[in-house]
Amino acid sequence: MIQLKVNGVERSFDGDPEMPVLWYLRDFLGLTGTKFGCGVALCGACTVLQNGDAIRSCVVPVRDAAGKEITTIEGLSQNGLHPVQRAWIEVNVPQCGYCQSGQIMQAVALLKTKPKPTDQDIDDTMSGNICRCGTYQRIRAAIKAAAEGRA
Amino acid sequence: MSGIENVSRRRFLKGFVSSGALVLGARFYPNVLWAEGLPYATHADGATLHPNVFIGVDTDGTVYIVAHRSEMGTGIRTSLPLVVADEMDADWKRVKIEQAIGDRRYGDQNTDGSHSIRSFYDVMREAGATGRFMLIQAAALEWNVPPSECRSDLHAVVHGSTGRRLGYGDLATAASKLPVPKKEELQFKPRSAWRYIGKGMTSYDLTELCTGKAVYGMDARVDGMVYASIEHPPVLGGKLKSCDDQEALKVAGVLQTVPIDPFKPPPAFQPLGGVAVIASNTWAAFQGRKKLKIVWDNGQNESYNSGEYQKELQATAHKPGKVVRNEGDVDAAFAKGGKIVEADYYVPLLAHASMEPMVALAEFKDGKVTAWAPTQNPQAAQDIISKELGIPKEDVVCHVTLLGGAFGRKSKPDYVAEAAILSKKVGRPVKVVWTREDDIKFDYYNAVAAMYMKAALDTSCRPAAWLQRSVFPPITSIFDVNAVYGDPGHLGQGWTDIPYDIPNLRVENGPAKAHVRIGWLRSVANIYHGFAVQSFSDELAHAAGRDPLEYLIELIGPSRILDLKNTGYLNYGAPYDAYPIDTGRLRRVTELVAEKAGWGKRKLGKGSGLGIAAHRSFVTYVATVVEVEVNDRGEVRIPRVDTAVDAGTVVNPELTRAQFEGAAVFGTSVVRSGEITATKGAIDQSNFQDYPVARIDEAPYQTNVYLVESTAPPAGVGEPGVPPMVAALCNAIYAATSKRVRELPLSRNKLVG
Repeated sequence: MIQLKVNGVERSFDGDPEMPVLWYLRDFLGLTGTKFGCGVALCGACTVLQNGDAIRSCVVPVRDAAGKEITTIEGLSQNGLHPVQRAWIEVNVPQCGYCQSGQIMQAVALLKTKPKPTDQDIDDTMSGNICRCGTYQRIRAAIKAAAEGRA
Repeated sequence: MSGIENVSRRRFLKGFVSSGALVLGARFYPNVLWAEGLPYATHADGATLHPNVFIGVDTDGTVYIVAHRSEMGTGIRTSLPLVVADEMDADWKRVKIEQAIGDRRYGDQNTDGSHSIRSFYDVMREAGATGRFMLIQAAALEWNVPPSECRSDLHAVVHGSTGRRLGYGDLATAASKLPVPKKEELQFKPRSAWRYIGKGMTSYDLTELCTGKAVYGMDARVDGMVYASIEHPPVLGGKLKSCDDQEALKVAGVLQTVPIDPFKPPPAFQPLGGVAVIASNTWAAFQGRKKLKIVWDNGQNESYNSGEYQKELQATAHKPGKVVRNEGDVDAAFAKGGKIVEADYYVPLLAHASMEPMVALAEFKDGKVTAWAPTQNPQAAQDIISKELGIPKEDVVCHVTLLGGAFGRKSKPDYVAEAAILSKKVGRPVKVVWTREDDIKFDYYNAVAAMYMKAALDTSCRPAAWLQRSVFPPITSIFDVNAVYGDPGHLGQGWTDIPYDIPNLRVENGPAKAHVRIGWLRSVANIYHGFAVQSFSDELAHAAGRDPLEYLIELIGPSRILDLKNTGYLNYGAPYDAYPIDTGRLRRVTELVAEKAGWGKRKLGKGSGLGIAAHRSFVTYVATVVEVEVNDRGEVRIPRVDTAVDAGTVVNPELTRAQFEGAAVFGTSVVRSGEITATKGAIDQSNFQDYPVARIDEAPYQTNVYLVESTAPPAGVGEPGVPPMVAALCNAIYAATSKRVRELPLSRNKLVG
């Protein structure tokens, strides 16, 4: 039995400990805001926070999350929208939107370590997250808006 | 339309669908027809006032508007209802949008070809104006005044002289008792009174998209469902010889395996066949599938190798082909001599790689199917499920979820049919989940294409003669195994419609047999045709020692309407009188983008360059200037893209700009890294490590979009940004490096040394 916390709720899982956190979240907890994009940590659609750090949930087994706290897009903010989400809305970032949960979670992690990120910081951190619709310039603008408290 | 009430809806539909369901769908269905027998009623269907299939008004004032096109990121689910709301004078805050299921009563639902606004703009205005007309009539009756003294005022009707006012909700019941007006009776708002059209609105789903609450196909769930992962034949047309599933069945959570029959040629939208692993969760299905031991009979496409195939295409491109447009006498003009310039261009197969891989959920129950799918084409999903399961189309309900990207791939519902077939075999709802590897390996690829170009320059270095010949396996090959030539629709994508002012011009197409499924991908044949024409234009400019912008404007020539009779030109299905090829509009976007980009005025450093291209597609005119920097390691950066767009009347400018920003990134991916290859018939690539798409540090840093103010009818915006981006980027690379990119992607080219 694996114990972990998801969005502040204590959970226990007795399934295959090798199952990636992604599928545990989606198929077992119904937290479908976290997306499946590639399955091999190449696209970032599955990004969640583990003890505050961004991880690719498609390659992290539930076993490795034992005793840790997972935060998904659904748990990002307990009351209202997170400033990064507000920035995303303000800048009108999403097109299809499928990758945006992962983008937002990655941006939250970035701003935690670099509250005023440079373009290089944004490139370095966000280049693991693919957006096939091509919303990158708005993602960059939204990160800056959130960093400057404009949203 | 009297007597219709006595006819069942389905019989009624059968009689009318083929001859213009589009118009009928918007207008003449009285409320009573929809009261019974609907497979899935919308709130609009059940609303108090429901003059047509697209709208409903309830007594609480809620206005329901049905979005019948699929939302894949273009914002169509917002923008078409916005047109309805404007004509209806409805308050957007009180509008609820409902997504339509696949149903012929809405007319065409295949959300492809960048034509949703073009084809449904008038239909939506009519739907909205009909509602407003009836509400005004109801108010006039209530006040016993002539309707001409009444007007709408944001979700209410007011009486001019007395200022009396009634809300739409208060009027819904009375309005519902009135006859639905004829189109001739309707009064449309003048442009000056538009509240939303041309101003726009952010996506109806914006908050849900940023909070993880939006429901995509991947997120569809029903009670009791199981998950399936399918091992497809690695080569198109391959068949199962044997399958040992013993180890697969030992995986915890795996319930059973199920074979799916191979398709009967031509493939069309049929499932590819294979073996499905059914499990209680997605991960278990994936794991079980890895344990299958399968032997395939690969069939005749095993002989296909993309490297040899490229040589064949290029050889064909050097032989006379089928002439699809001919003006003057090209051969005589070439015989006169002058400076001859020739070039070969090549674009490989391209995969769509939408962020959401193919996925669908279906339940077969009591002889009927209910499906939930991220599909661009729900009626085609109904069709293929109906055929595969041998049940009437009416017994297939296809709900349309949000699409996590699509780019044309999700117009082909093979994956939806898989879910339905498996549900019937398993006896439970089945969700089919493709992996990224499945998505890359079993796509309907954008065609690989070889183009041969030849021009003779006269003494003033203008082309006296121009020959262009393209060779590509046609999309029609998925419907006809013998098809080898391009069809008029795809030859009309930047090829027969070359808009240049050249006295001797011949356009040809050569044959190519398909060995993989070929399909539509964002801007389709325009990708390779536009690349060849716009690169060659740039090559001629340099051969002539001229500025590429000035030379391009000369090639476009004086303002005129192109006459393409006798070429089979289809103009994207748009009427030519309303949407002619107007070289003046192409020239204006070219001049506009040059001005905005500071062409000829900007100081660029060593290794930097600007490239330009102009291209009309999907009846929209686009010109693009790209700035690149190429460092001494040959790495390309794109600091800036400027793009000017004349798409006629633009409903939603902000979302339109977003489409062109996205197209610049999509075009960047085509140029940088887009390449699918095959060995012994099987696709070599599998995931983003070997089919890379542009990331934030590789995409253009800044894309500026300029929309031309226009009262022309609305045109496409989803696709037309891609073709000029591809060519302008390559032309910029030439300006920066003097290296001409004739084969895509860039990884095939050496930019330094």
